[in-house]
Amino acid sequence: MKNQFLAGLKAGLSIAIGYFPIALTFGLLAKTTGLSLMEATAMSIFVYAGAAQYISLNLISFGVDPVTIVINTFIVNIRHFLMTASLNEKMHRAPKWVKAIYSFGITDESFSVLATGKEEKIPTAYAFGVTIIAYGSWVSFTAAGHVVGANLPEFLQVAMSIALYAMFIGLLVPAMKGNRKVIMLAALAAAIHCIIYIGELLSTGWAILVSTLGSAILIEVIFARRSKNVTALQKEMEES
Amino acid sequence: MGQTYWWMLFGMAVVTYIPRMVPLTFLDGKELPPIVSGVLSNIPYAVLGALIFPAIIFVQEGNILFGIIGAATAFLIAFLGGGVMPVVLGTIGVLAIYGFFM
Repeated sequence: MKNQFLAGLKAGLSIAIGYFPIALTFGLLAKTTGLSLMEATAMSIFVYAGAAQYISLNLISFGVDPVTIVINTFIVNIRHFLMTASLNEKMHRAPKWVKAIYSFGITDESFSVLATGKEEKIPTAYAFGVTIIAYGSWVSFTAAGHVVGANLPEFLQVAMSIALYAMFIGLLVPAMKGNRKVIMLAALAAAIHCIIYIGELLSTGWAILVSTLGSAILIEVIFARRSKNVTALQKEMEES
Repeated sequence: MGQTYWWMLFGMAVVTYIPRMVPLTFLDGKELPPIVSGVLSNIPYAVLGALIFPAIIFVQEGNILFGIIGAATAFLIAFLGGGVMPVVLGTIGVLAIYGFFM
């Protein structure tokens, strides 16, 4: 039990190191967005969702209303539904309340580590180790980033307003390489958002929501139909 | 930010926790229809596209060039195989130089 927990901490260390710059930048940006140290750190403590937190900063700075921000957070995080649903197959049996505790720590990164583990079934103590060290890193470096941000010169703080978008690009481009579906998803969502923006059709929060869902659904329908056509074609060829 | 902020935080915490907790505790391995899981797995890439454009162009009010330089730098570093951190730091660096001399 104790060994599994330690093994989990060890496996989670790589996540903790990876979180360091992202959480630090989040703290910095939260500062420039006007959040206090406590408000910024509290978001990392209670929400603990990198992308959603970054997006909410963005929306706060645009003056988007809180309800829309919460709905956006839900849309962005709903993908975890998929991840935990598939993870469930891999986890050791445990009482519901125990699973309810460690499920709080399931992020894209901790999911990847747990889901790709080579053991057939993952021990509960291991999951706690992975999630606790990652969470600790996220929260403490958020606070550190906020504190550091106060002492930077003006031109650097201005330049840092790009950090959020640069991070999004840094996440997106590697996934785009050699993957037409990812390119189309991102391009279509960007195009829809640009049309909404130029036409002043919706406020920012809703615009992001509509372009995201619109693109995700449309591309899925197109690809599903295409793969259906391909299998139909293959069948025909086999029969003839 | 005040009290509204804390209510928003509470809402964000709840809607983040539910998709993580429900499948592990209540669903116990029921499968989703493929079209639904397909759409769900598309969302991360679509949301990134929507987040980047057009907002990155207008990141500095009244100075479109700032956004364009930033976007081009970030794409270039990312395309050349830089990880997230080199992309972020490199882009900040280029814009800091640009801002310093403007």
